Amino acid sequence: MLLAGPGALWLLAFFLVPILILLGYSFMPRGTYGGVEPGITLEHYRRFLDPLYLGILRRTAWLSLLCTLVCLLLAYPTAYVIARSGRWRNLLLFLAVLPFWTSSLVRTYAMIFLLRDSGLINRILMDLGLIVAPLRLLYTEGAVLAGLVYGALPFMILPIYASLEKLDPALLEAAEVLGARPWTRFVRIVWPLTLPGVAAGSLLVFVPSLGSFVVPDLLGGARQMMIGNLIQNQFGPSRNWPFGSAVAFAVMALVLIAMLAVLRVNRPPAGQGGAA
Amino acid sequence: MTARRVPYAVTVTAVLTYVLLHLPLLVLIAFSFNRSRFGVQWGGFTLDWYARLAARPDILRALRLSLVAGVASALLATTMGTLAALALARHLPRARRRAEALLYLPIVTPEIVAGVSLLVLFSWLGIGLGMATIVMAHTAFSIPFVTVVVLARLQGTDRALEEAAMSLGADELSTFRRVTLPLLMPGVLAGALLAFTLSFDDFVTTFFVAGVGSTTLPLAVYSMVRKSVEPTINALSALLVIVTTVAVYFADRLARGSTRA
Repeated sequence: MLLAGPGALWLLAFFLVPILILLGYSFMPRGTYGGVEPGITLEHYRRFLDPLYLGILRRTAWLSLLCTLVCLLLAYPTAYVIARSGRWRNLLLFLAVLPFWTSSLVRTYAMIFLLRDSGLINRILMDLGLIVAPLRLLYTEGAVLAGLVYGALPFMILPIYASLEKLDPALLEAAEVLGARPWTRFVRIVWPLTLPGVAAGSLLVFVPSLGSFVVPDLLGGARQMMIGNLIQNQFGPSRNWPFGSAVAFAVMALVLIAMLAVLRVNRPPAGQGGAA
Repeated sequence: MTARRVPYAVTVTAVLTYVLLHLPLLVLIAFSFNRSRFGVQWGGFTLDWYARLAARPDILRALRLSLVAGVASALLATTMGTLAALALARHLPRARRRAEALLYLPIVTPEIVAGVSLLVLFSWLGIGLGMATIVMAHTAFSIPFVTVVVLARLQGTDRALEEAAMSLGADELSTFRRVTLPLLMPGVLAGALLAFTLSFDDFVTTFFVAGVGSTTLPLAVYSMVRKSVEPTINALSALLVIVTTVAVYFADRLARGSTRA
């Protein structure tokens, strides 16, 4: 019991307490130089209802959703191939996870290097004679989406792989013996049984995307602002810490909602056959 | 799963995914050896950009700060994370589920929220930003990762070995030192390497808690990227990628060891 003490205290002091202070700040009137004044107010949450900020919230939710879908489309087949790759499995898993440990900043810079006007993609397209002037790839919604997907893919591959790996092959054999075609086997057996992995992966992709800041900052430019940039702005140049705290807390609320949704999907079904 | 044929479209998508995951960084590294300064024309092999990095005092200082922060936070996080894993595995099976939720919450929380909340905490307490705050913050986000890795290793070890040591007269402390710890060591080392990597590569949290004087390598890359795209950034990024790849490779081998179920 005592052993867990130092780690638990550290997380309490440098994770939970700061978030509670942030919550407190979000209800306090704004002071000078980013500080707060004593008192209670809802003005920061009310301010968030401004169409300007709601627009940023909508773009963030939309891009995160799109990112989750693209990741799912790419990651499911990938996890499927890894699960069946036999002796290559360890190597493929390692290669799937490696980008996660690489600095988000370096990964984003790599995207700039590929996408900018004089980047590799434009260069190749021009050399092939497909275009005469460079395409505008950087500072677009597509660039932000690509950056988000690039960073988030490992989070989708791993949980889906884990649930595919647990799948009992006997179920598939039984279905085959009984005459189920490959597509039917997938829809009726594989997909429902791997749904917990899909849910966990979607959470792990959707949530960090909501809070992303480096990707829209470097790949999106001023017109592709996401909530992360808004938060950074309030704690940086705008020096409005309480408003920044309120926005950060709104993100935290979305995180908790997403987590609860996934916990519902992952709960073992009470009856039978309610998995899908 | 059985070895039925994988549909063609599935294989193609998987290959595409791996290309998407690795091509950008490979291109980045390749062009860090490119002689030509502008654009993406190949001008021949050179190590010039690395030499220029090594000649910049600000980069060397950033490297030193990153190493110090990485080692310090890895030591702290590994110690506390390992102890927490031991407590969870051996002494608190009931509290386990709740504790695991608490472990995963920091992992899923967007880093920017954790970053600004630490900034608010430090300013509230009047703690000046610098190396100390960087180490405190990095330790905090590394602890859950260490605990998860060590916990996985603990589940693979045989409790009977400890019981044997105890019944042969070893007290609790020497059982821990001579039996438990050696069995755990691969997991602990893997956790330490991952904690170091997380700290060494971290940008978002560091951005908020570093203050003016403590520029780590990722912060240095950021200010360079904002100014222009040039081959020295490729060289610096390549170094970060290589350090990370080596650390994660060894962590992966250690963690796989004998726990692979």
